[in-house]
Amino acid sequence: MRIKPKRKTEKRKLITVIAVTVIVCAGILLLLQGLLMPKFMTDIKEGAMIQEYYPNAGNNDVIFISDCEVYENFSPITLWEDYGITSIIRGSSQQLIWQSYYLMEETFKYEAPKVIVFNVLEMKYNQPSDTGSSSQREAYNRMTLDGMKWSLPKINSIYASMTEEEKEKDGIWSYVFPILRYHDRWSEISAEDFKYLFSRDTVTDNGYLMQVGVNPVGDDYPVIPLADYKFGENAYYYLDKMVELCADHGTELVLIKAPSLSPIWYDQWDQQMEDYAAEHGLRYINFLDKIDEIGIDWNTDTYDQGLHLNVYGAEKLSAYFGKILSDDLRLEDHRNDPELSALWKEKCETYANRKETLEKENMSSVK
Amino acid sequence: MSFTSIGFLVFFGILVILYYALPKKIQWIVLLAASYAFYLFGGLKYLAFILFTTVTTYLVAVYMDNNHKKQSAYLKEHKADMTKEEKKAYKHSMKVRDRIWFLATIIANFGILFFCKACLVDPLRSSSAPVISFLSVGLPLGISFYMFQSMGYVIDVYRGKAEAERNPFKVALFVSFFPQLVQGPISKWEQLKDQLFTPHYFDRKTVAFGLQRILWGFFKKLVIADRIAVAIGTLKGTEYTGMSFFLLTAFYAVQIYGDFTGGIDIAIGVGETLGIKMPENFIRPFFSKNIAEYWRRWHISLNEWMKSYIFYPITVSGPMLKLALKSRAKFGKFGMRLPVYIGSLLTWLGTGVWHGFNLHFIVWGLLNCVIIVISEELAPCYEKFHAKYAWSNTRAYNVFQIIRMFVLMNLIRATDLFNDVGDYFRRLFSLVWNFNWHVLWDGTLMELGLSAADYIILIAGIVIMFLVSFFSRDEVSVRVKLQRIPRPVRYTLFFLLLVAVILFGSYGIGYDASSFIYNQF
Amino acid sequence: MEKLLEILEGLHPEVDFEIADDLIDAKIFDSFDIVTLVAEINAEFDVAIPAEELIPENFNSAEAIWELIQRLDEE
Repeated sequence: MRIKPKRKTEKRKLITVIAVTVIVCAGILLLLQGLLMPKFMTDIKEGAMIQEYYPNAGNNDVIFISDCEVYENFSPITLWEDYGITSIIRGSSQQLIWQSYYLMEETFKYEAPKVIVFNVLEMKYNQPSDTGSSSQREAYNRMTLDGMKWSLPKINSIYASMTEEEKEKDGIWSYVFPILRYHDRWSEISAEDFKYLFSRDTVTDNGYLMQVGVNPVGDDYPVIPLADYKFGENAYYYLDKMVELCADHGTELVLIKAPSLSPIWYDQWDQQMEDYAAEHGLRYINFLDKIDEIGIDWNTDTYDQGLHLNVYGAEKLSAYFGKILSDDLRLEDHRNDPELSALWKEKCETYANRKETLEKENMSSVK
Repeated sequence: MSFTSIGFLVFFGILVILYYALPKKIQWIVLLAASYAFYLFGGLKYLAFILFTTVTTYLVAVYMDNNHKKQSAYLKEHKADMTKEEKKAYKHSMKVRDRIWFLATIIANFGILFFCKACLVDPLRSSSAPVISFLSVGLPLGISFYMFQSMGYVIDVYRGKAEAERNPFKVALFVSFFPQLVQGPISKWEQLKDQLFTPHYFDRKTVAFGLQRILWGFFKKLVIADRIAVAIGTLKGTEYTGMSFFLLTAFYAVQIYGDFTGGIDIAIGVGETLGIKMPENFIRPFFSKNIAEYWRRWHISLNEWMKSYIFYPITVSGPMLKLALKSRAKFGKFGMRLPVYIGSLLTWLGTGVWHGFNLHFIVWGLLNCVIIVISEELAPCYEKFHAKYAWSNTRAYNVFQIIRMFVLMNLIRATDLFNDVGDYFRRLFSLVWNFNWHVLWDGTLMELGLSAADYIILIAGIVIMFLVSFFSRDEVSVRVKLQRIPRPVRYTLFFLLLVAVILFGSYGIGYDASSFIYNQF
Repeated sequence: MEKLLEILEGLHPEVDFEIADDLIDAKIFDSFDIVTLVAEINAEFDVAIPAEELIPENFNSAEAIWELIQRLDEE
């Protein structure tokens, strides 16, 4: 009779040993995974942006969701300073329309914005790895997907984004365990990876990625005729879903085309969006038609020859768009709200500091 | 489903839990369900193939077994009143009854295998795509392996060596047992029949050993074989001759060893985790001293199969024995060996065709055959040589023999790399007049698709692989030896191995992970 | 038995077949030897050894081989 309890303690001991071993091993692997994940702190900051939404979620009246044509062209800080509009950008490089859609879905879990702004250039991509080399596309997808917190929209977004090659290989598992994707980085581990192992800097101002350089527009961008101007079925499918989703939440969806000169925004494309907006009772603004009204000077307001605006251009564009938001869409001025004011005051300071630092750096690099 | 995919690991994890958690009575049914699930992952359209083999195997075995039972009952009953001749005649008549259905089954099944080999595109070996690939369908998963396993069973029953299994589902499990589907080993009915169907209780040590072996297989395959594969692709390019060709053969040796033995380690480890011991397929083959020995230590289950079911039946058949007598009359003692030569030739042709329906595999088989026969015939000379020169029995000479075997085998094996046999011989002869030593130091090595880091990993990996082989030369596995060291150290070692596989494995988007080389033979 | 030993010594003169009992397991006989032996036995004793009898247990010692020959002769 005395044997039994002894066995029990032995068994308990064994379970403890196994549990401790598993926890230690899993911990080390998680640490390794953290180390191997790209940090996007200095080089390609675009990879760090999606995760910056979460601490700033809630209380935003306007959400911009799209690619570089929003996160480098619109400044939420200006919208606040000039109109008291609270806004945030959920942008990432080469964001694809299904990714935007699922970001939108996810956003509604965190807050109830009055307006969602979507840049329609995304309509040109119909399928994962439609254009460009597939590895590049996958890498861009990663910048949107890895930063998202786990949720149903994230899983759906992964499935919508995976390339054929990915599906054949590790599939969703390399998203669940990113170490499977980034294990090759062991030879590239640098000081940055250790520095940002546990916490990362904020690279954007409410989603806006600031650029202070100036690189004026040169020659006109050639307009190469296309064989077929009709946007793809899949792209329309997700656009329809966006319209539906926003309607369900009582949010106004505003379609825009940012004032970027390249990639070319064809007239045929513009017409399709005009028609679509009319058909669905949406507001569609093509800022390319309003360059002069906005006051953009292509000699001073772009950092890459008209592909994207620099901070000076972005501030002009935001001031212009803010007026529409406030006058036409009747968005509230929150500058009298003490809580929000305090919060945004901080953001404004960060923005100003960043601008100053970057300008200094830029000056010295120009010299 | 590749063994080295996450999907497989998940599948296996779920299986292990169900296997040990569900009642023991249905344990083998769990295994059968898992095997069919595994098989169907390869494509629903192939279901008919494995069902055909299963059904024919089951039916013919039961039929023959019934005949055997009738026969022994009859003989027992008439023991007293039958003469020896009568008994013989009766047995013969029974054998003939068996033979029709036996041959029909064998021919039908091998006919299907032959058809698949000849006509279906093998997606994993597209480089050696068969000549008449008119159907754009892949080979059914594991057809070469389950076919040999099933037919081995049918032959054993025919020979009266094994009793037929009466439960068709048990036969189905034997045929489809999933660890062997990907690349073997080909088990005999005798080896698996009890293990598959008896209950297995969870045993920490067995499961740990199984998992360790799987991990080791992952290391060999992902860290070494798949990494070096890139360079092999480059070196197959036309401009590489001489020393580059020599390097190619050595690289290929590393790849095929890592890939094939690693895959078998995973298969056997999977079996072991489930409490089922499959036969070993390799005994440190690269430590062999000659080609014949190599083939007794490499892909053992296939060669055993070939020996038992092709080489022996041919060589000891009536006509062959008659032929032996005739040729002895003509050529003396030497003539006695004629059956051996004919048997070897046919067996190696068979092995060649099994690997692929292609000329270069036939050349490969013949080269092996010729060298083995020659060295067999020269055996007396070797013995004299070793008796005369004491230094030829030293360890240094053994090392020389091992290296000689390694190089020779590499050259033979390289036939496999070139679809065009002429291309192979052109490069082989370039070793004689155009050795190109300079490729070793002129930077060519860095242009093969491998970085300095890759080379470091490869060298470290090969050293580890060598040491593991070296320390298990007394036939006691390194895992058993590691039991002696303190548990924390042991755990750390295996954890490091796991980390090495995760970090240094060549998988995922970053690399073009090549599939198992032996996958669909 | 005498004749059998003669045949065996013809194959491997260096082995003492009176005591050896692990001809297969110790890898003294390979498959070539076995097939040659089968042919010799057939010539000498007029006994055909079928393929299914070519298993290690039947060939590990001279005695085992002798038993096999006798058994097959009786059948």
